[in-house]
Formats: sequence, C-alpha cells, structure tokens
Amino acid sequence: MFFDHFNYWITVILFVIGLYTVMSRSNLVKKMIGLSIFQIAVFLLYITMGKIEGGTAPIIIDQPDVIYSNPLPHVLILTAIVVGVATTALGLALVVRIKETFGTIDEDEILQMEETK
Amino acid sequence: MEEFTSVFLMLLLVASALAVLYVRNLFVATMLLGAVSFIMALIFVTLDAVDVAFTEAAVGAGISTVLYLGTLALVGPHEKGSIKKPVLPLLLSLAVGGVLIYATFEMPIVGSPDTPVQQSRLTERFLVQSLDEIAVPNIVTSVLASYRGFDTFGETTVIFTAGIAVLLILSQVRIRRKEDLADGEVEDEQDSLEAQLAPQIKDTSAPSASPHDLIPHVVAKLLIPFVLLFGFYVQFHGDFGPGGGFQAGVIFAAGFILYSLVFGLEFTQKLLPLRVVEYGLAAGVLLYGGVGVVSMLLGGNFLDYNLLSADPVAGQHLGILLVELGVGITVTAAMVAIFYGFAGRSEVKKKNEVEAK
Repeated sequence: MFFDHFNYWITVILFVIGLYTVMSRSNLVKKMIGLSIFQIAVFLLYITMGKIEGGTAPIIIDQPDVIYSNPLPHVLILTAIVVGVATTALGLALVVRIKETFGTIDEDEILQMEETK
Repeated sequence: MEEFTSVFLMLLLVASALAVLYVRNLFVATMLLGAVSFIMALIFVTLDAVDVAFTEAAVGAGISTVLYLGTLALVGPHEKGSIKKPVLPLLLSLAVGGVLIYATFEMPIVGSPDTPVQQSRLTERFLVQSLDEIAVPNIVTSVLASYRGFDTFGETTVIFTAGIAVLLILSQVRIRRKEDLADGEVEDEQDSLEAQLAPQIKDTSAPSASPHDLIPHVVAKLLIPFVLLFGFYVQFHGDFGPGGGFQAGVIFAAGFILYSLVFGLEFTQKLLPLRVVEYGLAAGVLLYGGVGVVSMLLGGNFLDYNLLSADPVAGQHLGILLVELGVGITVTAAMVAIFYGFAGRSEVKKKNEVEAK
C-alpha cells in the first residue's frame, strides 16, 4: 500500500533537504539550520520505528489489552533532542567568534581571505 | 482520518523545510525552523511519542529559536547569494536520497507488530516487567532514568560540557581595534564577561528596556510564575505522565530567558548570577554521579537504585527522583548559561559601538 513506507520517505526527503542546505549554502548560520533539519529527519526515523498499529503512548493505564508503542526509541530521541540543542549552541557560539575574527560568516569569503593572506 | 492528519502534517513539514532552504533572510529562516519543530512535535504526538513531542516543542521551537535569534543579533540576518550554481551538491543529495528511498522498500511496514523493534526481548521487559521492577507508570521515565541510567548520565555530561564550552568561547572578550595598528601589534583585550558586565550592573539609571514595553512587562510578570510552576510540575510528575528532568529543565530555563528578554540581562543576572548558574551546572551532574557512587558504596553496581532503600521498588523511586532532579538542574543551568553567553556578547558589542562613537 502507498502509506506503508510514507514516513520513511518523508524522513528521506527531510534528510536530503538538510544535506543539500549544508552543502550548497555558504552562510554558516544557514549551514547550522541545515544540520538542524538533518537532525529532525533522524528523530522522525527513530520515532516511526517505535510506532505500533493501534497503540498508545507508553504510559501504563489500568485497562486490559492495551497496546503500547515501543518506549526505547522515545528515550533515545528525547535525550538526543536536548543534546542536539546544546551542540547547536556550541556551533553558533563558534560562528559568533568567526564573525568577530573575519568580519563575515560567508564560507567562500573566509576561504578567500585565508588564501590572500 | 488519522492517516489524513498525519499525511497533511508531513506534507506541511516538507513544505516548511523547503521554505527554510529557499528564503534568503535568516530571521525568516529561523522562524520557519521553529514552525518545522512545532509541526514535528505534532507528528510525534500522532506517533504516540508524547514525551518526545513535549521536548521537541520546548527545545526545538522555544530555546533553539532564541539561540538562533541571539546569534543573528550578533552576525546580521542577511545571507549573500552564491555566485556559483550548486550543481554538484544537488546531484549528490539527490543520489543519496535515491539510494535511501530504494532502501526504504526493505524496511518493515510502519506500525506493524512484527518488526525487529517490536519483537525485541527488551521491549517485552520494558512493557511487562518494568511495572513490577520499578512500578513507574510512565515507561519512558523508567527506561530513561533506571534501565538506561548510565546512558542518560553520559547525555547529562554532554550537556554540561556544551554549557561550559559555550561560556568559555563567548565570555572571552577579544576586540581587534581598527587596522591602524601595525600588523604584528594587535591590541587584544582579554577580560572575563563578568568584569565587562560589572560596570553595567551598577549603572541602573540606564535600563535596557524602553518604557513602551508596558504590555510585555505586565504579561511577563503574570506569566513567569506559572511557567516556573509548570516546570516544577513537569519535573516531579514525570513518573506518572509525560515529563521529566530534560523537559522541566528547558521549561524552567525558558522562564528565566523570558524574564531576561523583557526586563534586560542585567536584572536577570542580579536575580540569577552567572556564578550560581555555573555551580548549578556542576551540581546536577554531581548529584547524578553521587547517586551512582552511593549505590556502589552500598555494595551494588553503579546506579543500582535497588539498594537505596530496604524495599527495592522504593529504592528505584528514590533513585529516579534524585537522578531526574540532577538532570533538571544541569539542563536548566546549561540553557541559562548558553543564553547568558549569547546575550552578554551582544551587550558587550553594543557597549563597544557606543564607545567607538
């Protein structure tokens, strides 16, 4: 059926958008944004794998025959999101320092400056 | 109906991501990235991952947008158009995408109960036995803090390290004076952020917020206590519902960041000095590690909570509570520290501009 792999395709599309942003844009902040999209694609892949048809959130309730989705991918991604924002902040801090040193955050211009030195 | 919702959300997600790629103004790109995160949080809800959705909404749409905006305030929002046409990156991305799409046909059907993930022995242990072993209704919390406690300790340390690294990178103030100095002789000013900010803190006659911000002032004053209260709820109710140390830490930090955005950095730093934040950063990790060491001293393995109390289940509850508290403290401190780094940097920049005139 068409929807069998739909989530995976969306993951791949986001992945490609992120990859293309990182490779084609020379602005360093834009590159960080591309990395964030990249990251979100991976989150979606993991959470999709934990989903089970007819399931519910893995919080135990007092009812018989409840199907719960798999909690393990949730745990992995929950911590990954917070670690992701911490590392993004580190990247942005480096971008700020690059701007102060070179006066620009455009990768091509920085490379030119380095060559002409 | 459910399928329609999720397909609609995913198409919206792809459209927003493409818009992020194509807009040239970085402010717009940042706001769109926040929208992408919010849509992602909604998709996580439809996929039953409520804890993750919670985190994504607070972190992706909240804190990370603030960080991007803080960066743009320092580096400027305009992206220069590239001269060369990016043909090679496009081809390469499409090739990778094609290979991945081909690979998805080998993936199990979404939501089917016989995938390797659902059939794993761990899954049964978490879903069936954790109620006897740990007796915490929210399985995500019991896996996070107990079964995978060692892993979470590592993650907390990463956040701690990132907080310290951002402070180190951004609190060093190094200003290159105009190029009229001889090349070798570059005048550097190395000062800690606190020393730079100290004269400003005393200078209360110049508040950074303008009197026109009356409505944000009133609304923020009403809102902040509830934000902090909600942070406490999320922290201590994480055993029973969605929530826990990571989300609570981010919400708590969001309260302080909101205060800082409305009332200015110097007043926030009077309320919550940088030194306190630095101690908090270390205290959370120490608390987490301390629980592990205590359980070792009691004769068990590192982070074996069973021994913390006479009753193993009560020990697990105590261990999870303390560990989540440690995570909450470190995450709050790290987020506030990162924000102080960026915001302090722009205050210094403003001050230099005034001096240059």
